[in-house]
Amino acid sequence: MVRIVLPAHLRTLAQHNGEVQLDVPSPVTQRSILDALEARYPMLRGTVRDHVTHERRAFVRFFACEEDLSHESPDTPLPDAVASGAEPFLIVGAIAGG
Amino acid sequence: MSQVRVLVGTRKGAFILESDGKRQKWDVSGPHFAGWEMYHVKGSPADPNRLYASQCSGWFGQMIQRSSDGGKTWEPVDNKFVYDGVPGTHQWYDGKPHPWEFKRVWHLEPSLTDPDKVYAGIEDAALFHSADGGKSWQELPGLRGHGSGPRWQPGAGGMCLHTILLDPMDPRRIFIAISAAGAFRSDDAGVTWKAINQGLRSEYIPDPTAEVGHCVHRIAQHKSRPNTLFMQKHWDVLRSDNAGDLWKEVNGNLPDDAGKRGFGFVIDVHAHEPDTIYVVPIKSDSQHFPHDGKLRVYRSRAGGNEWEPLTKGLPQQDCYVNILRDAMAVDSLDSCGVYFGTTGGQVYASADAGDNWAPIVRDLPAVLSVEVQTLA
Repeated sequence: MVRIVLPAHLRTLAQHNGEVQLDVPSPVTQRSILDALEARYPMLRGTVRDHVTHERRAFVRFFACEEDLSHESPDTPLPDAVASGAEPFLIVGAIAGG
Repeated sequence: MSQVRVLVGTRKGAFILESDGKRQKWDVSGPHFAGWEMYHVKGSPADPNRLYASQCSGWFGQMIQRSSDGGKTWEPVDNKFVYDGVPGTHQWYDGKPHPWEFKRVWHLEPSLTDPDKVYAGIEDAALFHSADGGKSWQELPGLRGHGSGPRWQPGAGGMCLHTILLDPMDPRRIFIAISAAGAFRSDDAGVTWKAINQGLRSEYIPDPTAEVGHCVHRIAQHKSRPNTLFMQKHWDVLRSDNAGDLWKEVNGNLPDDAGKRGFGFVIDVHAHEPDTIYVVPIKSDSQHFPHDGKLRVYRSRAGGNEWEPLTKGLPQQDCYVNILRDAMAVDSLDSCGVYFGTTGGQVYASADAGDNWAPIVRDLPAVLSVEVQTLA
């Protein structure tokens, strides 16, 4: 079971409080997590990554195990701790603006 | 007993203001979608409980929300706006080709007859429509395919399609306006389009009378006389009596601004008097606040040229807000109510066609749009 932490606005949009827990097929990657997330919460399509290109939106970042994984390939397997659910996969709205 | 529902989109959420027909006491609900930019909220003329809202964020992109109970509850619908075919390019600020990229939905225009049919005007400028209540969106590509699309250029606010007028007497006729391309008309339900900018003069573009390139801020029409259109352009207020085929300037005695007149964003028409129109003159294209710090709505009862300032109840000193292009609307009660919102977060209302004004609310986030529903 993969654990996903959404930013507040997306939790509101998905009408889900707390962490999201999803069964994600192996290998667990950014892409497979987001595919599963969007299948469970269709209203999140287009909010984390582009509808068509599937590129990460510019002001969204991905973190796990205290590392910024935003620039990793979406198909790179994530750390075992994420795949096992020991650590969450964090989707973060970048600190921007003023 | 009649009721009025005012739908307000702001930089940080949507608000719904409701009153009875006296329009003296108002209930305020919101913020709906707190923290999101709400570019536009509008109700269906065919079913006033059906509302559509454009919700967007620099972080998380575009959402479209739909309500079927007058804004008490909402459901997200489809937010996928994909240009038809290969999008091609328009001009960038420097005149170089720039690929068409979806940024946000500026304006939602529900059908006059079908609550599940709705049009969306987007940035970069294109017209989309949905026939299933927003569950899916398709572009009407004939607009960008007009042939002038590669010459369209963004205004300071982006290259937005911000105005959609549906002709109440001819369901196949649609008017739209784009900053900074101009106004266009379709006579075949959006399949093909004609640029309707003859008579516009824009000194800030290389050819001031070009077919396209004009920064049209807003157009308005009265439902009883849809061939008469009123336009608030970057500079100049204009009028057409032949469905946009030819425009003439009607600045008249609007405030002088270093030799020019008629800068502003909003324009609207009285609900019962098709020659009574309203604008809010704004000081120049570089300052964007009212002349002399005085917030004045100007009304013409002659369809332009002859204007009177309306000031009662509006701040007449130290007022430096702006009124954005989608932030004025009228109700259809007798007498006609007029409403507008400011970037300072006030929504002003007049229950007597503009003679007297009072703020409904004073301290909202910056107001992006105001729409009004008159409920039986």
